Amino acid sequence: MTGSPQKQVLVTLHVNGEAQSVAVAAQATLLEALRYGLGLTGSKQGCDKGDCGACTVLARPLDDAQARADGCGARGEPILACITLAQDAQTLALTTIEGLASPQGLDPIQQAFADCGALQCGFCQPGMMLSARALLDHTPRPSLPQIQQALSGNLCRCTGYTKIYEAVQVAAGTREPSQGVPVRSEPAPGVSGPRVAVEEIAP
Amino acid sequence: MSDKQGYRWHDPVHAPGGVGKRVPKSDGAAKADGSGVYADDLSFPRMLHAKLLRSPHANARIRSIDTSKAEACPGVIATLVGAELPARYGVIPWTHDEQALATDHARFIGDEVACVAAVDERTAEEALRLISVDYEVLPALLSPEEALARPDIKVNEKAKVGNITKHVSLAFGDVDAALAGAAARSHQSYYYAGNTHAPIEPHCAVARVDGDGNLTVWSSTQIPHYVHRELSRVLGLPPARIRVVQPLLGGAFGGKSDPFSLEFCAAKLALKTGRPVKLLFTREEVFYSHRGRHPMKMDVQVALNSDGMIAAVDNKILIDGGAYASFGLVTAYYSGQLLTGPYRFGTYRFDSTRVYTNKPPCGPKRGHGSVQPRFAFEVALDEAAHQLHIDPIEVRRRNFIGENVETVNGQRITSNGFLKCLEVVESASGWKDRHGKLGRGRGLGVAGSMYISGTAYPVYPNEMPQSGVLVKLDRSGRVAIFSGASDIGQGVNTLLGQIASEEIGCDPRDVTVVSSDTDLTPVDLGAYSSRVTFMTGIAAKEACGKLRAQLQAAAAAKLGCAPEDIEFELGTVRVARDPAKNASFQQACQWAEAREGRPLAETGGYRTKDIGEGKLGGDYRGGTIGASPAYSFTAHIAEVEVDEETGMWSCKKVWAAHDCGKALNPTLVEGQIEGSVYMGVAEAQLEEMVYNDRGLLFGPSLLDYRIPTSLDTPLLEASIVESGDPNGPYGAKEAGEGPLHAAIPAIANALFDACGIRVRELPFTPAKILALLRERDERAKGGA
Repeated sequence: MTGSPQKQVLVTLHVNGEAQSVAVAAQATLLEALRYGLGLTGSKQGCDKGDCGACTVLARPLDDAQARADGCGARGEPILACITLAQDAQTLALTTIEGLASPQGLDPIQQAFADCGALQCGFCQPGMMLSARALLDHTPRPSLPQIQQALSGNLCRCTGYTKIYEAVQVAAGTREPSQGVPVRSEPAPGVSGPRVAVEEIAP
Repeated sequence: MSDKQGYRWHDPVHAPGGVGKRVPKSDGAAKADGSGVYADDLSFPRMLHAKLLRSPHANARIRSIDTSKAEACPGVIATLVGAELPARYGVIPWTHDEQALATDHARFIGDEVACVAAVDERTAEEALRLISVDYEVLPALLSPEEALARPDIKVNEKAKVGNITKHVSLAFGDVDAALAGAAARSHQSYYYAGNTHAPIEPHCAVARVDGDGNLTVWSSTQIPHYVHRELSRVLGLPPARIRVVQPLLGGAFGGKSDPFSLEFCAAKLALKTGRPVKLLFTREEVFYSHRGRHPMKMDVQVALNSDGMIAAVDNKILIDGGAYASFGLVTAYYSGQLLTGPYRFGTYRFDSTRVYTNKPPCGPKRGHGSVQPRFAFEVALDEAAHQLHIDPIEVRRRNFIGENVETVNGQRITSNGFLKCLEVVESASGWKDRHGKLGRGRGLGVAGSMYISGTAYPVYPNEMPQSGVLVKLDRSGRVAIFSGASDIGQGVNTLLGQIASEEIGCDPRDVTVVSSDTDLTPVDLGAYSSRVTFMTGIAAKEACGKLRAQLQAAAAAKLGCAPEDIEFELGTVRVARDPAKNASFQQACQWAEAREGRPLAETGGYRTKDIGEGKLGGDYRGGTIGASPAYSFTAHIAEVEVDEETGMWSCKKVWAAHDCGKALNPTLVEGQIEGSVYMGVAEAQLEEMVYNDRGLLFGPSLLDYRIPTSLDTPLLEASIVESGDPNGPYGAKEAGEGPLHAAIPAIANALFDACGIRVRELPFTPAKILALLRERDERAKGGA
């Protein structure tokens, strides 16, 4: 294999409770280190410039005293892995989507997203669920405007956000999943109009 | 939080299984825990990364390309130019006007001209700068008017006449006489700006050649079958040596329904190097690949008789197509053919011209071709009704075309729940008490729409089924469904499990769906034209129905009853009138396998001829385009608030009711309605593809091209209406595209209710609103 011309550096990342060292290009982003270095492909690349939020991971200072002084939640705050240098992330305790579930099963946020139909294509949702998790970590029963604010850095193109709000509220225990019943339409006979002449002007 | 850790709404023991149930998505857990595999998540040993060089000129002759310096670059393994893949292709067989890499003519800023494969992405990107292309820059034709005026300059050599992709002109009845005799008329010009899909997942393809020379391409496509066909044509490989697989797809909306350069280039480079090759678009490249909503200029007349009935509709449409045809031939037809419901038109005429321009190619965005004319028509209808002092809902109700009728252009409508849709949103929004009464700067508006559930006839003429499903029952009780249909997030794989559960009583969680893999799954034509639930649903129902009969026969023999007395309940078979006589689903599978003496597997298909072949569509040239086995219907009411000082406005809420025939899974249908409405509101509010005078796209990023965040999106209230279509699987029709249309005109009509202005140009920017408000005030002064 031809050697890559990229200069490599060794970084140590603390991801989902585990310290792992990996060689990456000096200018590699945290997202590249996670996806291609550590195989944690649950964090997604949607824009690679900090616009879409698909790469969101949670970060908390490794230094516990520092984290407490910063008022960090249990897993910290959302950061954008695509505009964070891998080298700069070595002082952080990171949670990716792979670290949200436990051996007991999915996190309530994940379960609610799956149950409420908040996952359509699913591509933005790892980042979305992590932002939602961070919100619930410090605001266990958020209002709708608080949810809208907390998720405003995560673009979703499928859902119109409606079922995402529902999922966050269901996970927070402030509502039940939607159970609306379809409305029946009665037969509505129609009468075709009189046959009209068709003129094919073009083609 | 501890009390919520145990939260489980989806009770696995009593999981409701069949059709009509809110079954959680089959891929929900994989998408929730990050384990789901999308194209860019694939990786292979020795995999190379490829990058595309794109034209910096909107229109240029390519005199020569020199890749030697790039090839000498350490880490570069291969380069590729157009001469190596010269064959022309395109998704529509009559308009093969694209090349994987331009051989001699670059047609827009962003057109692909060369490709590099290297050991990593950065090296490939660096090497692109070392490729020198000698361009002869030509004048760029950036608007359809310019392109029509300069037939001497060809944007695309495929155009037979000037720069026209397609011109369609059809008249139904004596439109001029009806216009002359009408009591009220609206005649105005409209402009629908171009916009794009912006799926959050950028396009990605990975290609690999095995030791036997077989090529596999994994691609984020919604049309694996057409990619398969075109790969074979362009690479010159027999289709039996090519396999196309669609992994999980991160959003598409029509933006991944063409074959793209990246699939051909990744495949060719894998063949050249013998190594796996990945080609991932940057966000900027997603914008250049486009295939989004066509900009349309429309000159629309709607005329009403004194009783409010639609006497005539006349629409002249100029469509800005961009540099390639894509689905543009169909777009030209759809812009006229899909307008003729849910209302009865007395007479109708449209004249539609799609023109090539030196910009990224437009294509099929959700609600292909019909969103733009629907906006103009619904605003014009409102305006004409206003002249007659008829309530906007009343005029729509009065003109309702009904069920089992033929439209003025010969399309056959079966079920039609539009009246119920109107009733639902009228009541939910409090229309009667609130319309026209919300005070200055606040208003409500209504609009309706219809859309196809698949096209009556396939894109390339053939007599094979449009969709196929294979279902296999294992003696373990596991069900495997092999389906060619593309699950692009809409959830067809979940529906397949529900249909199996409905027919044979298996638990949907005991179903494996193998989908969109041309080696393993029967052909389905792809996720476009809102065809999937309808056609794949019918195919799956047929396959499962055959297995149902085999299970019934075998269980009846063992339980001592007639086969028709065997019924299925989640995980169990039993005698209908004697439920104590029962067996597990697994047991029934074993009895049936023993009785049949062969493995249990059946197929089903969606056949054009079963649903009115030769009967769907009008009897004139183009009369079958827009013909569908069933049509969905939609009504929206939007509420807006306008700051008359600044022109700033927002949409507060949209009530949307959609007739999908039968909701096979109400959660998924609601999701489709909400997502459609969101996308429609986004087009009205924010989105536009803007180019400079050289044809350069302004701000190809998700920061500059603004798609709504959670703070920009109105509250959405989706209601499902079920009319039970006689042709659809369990009565189902489409839900994924129809509910987009009405959002835009409902907002425009709400802006009229709020402040008496008619917006006729998208997007409705505050600057445009403010100009209209000033114009209104000037008029008022003049009148006073």
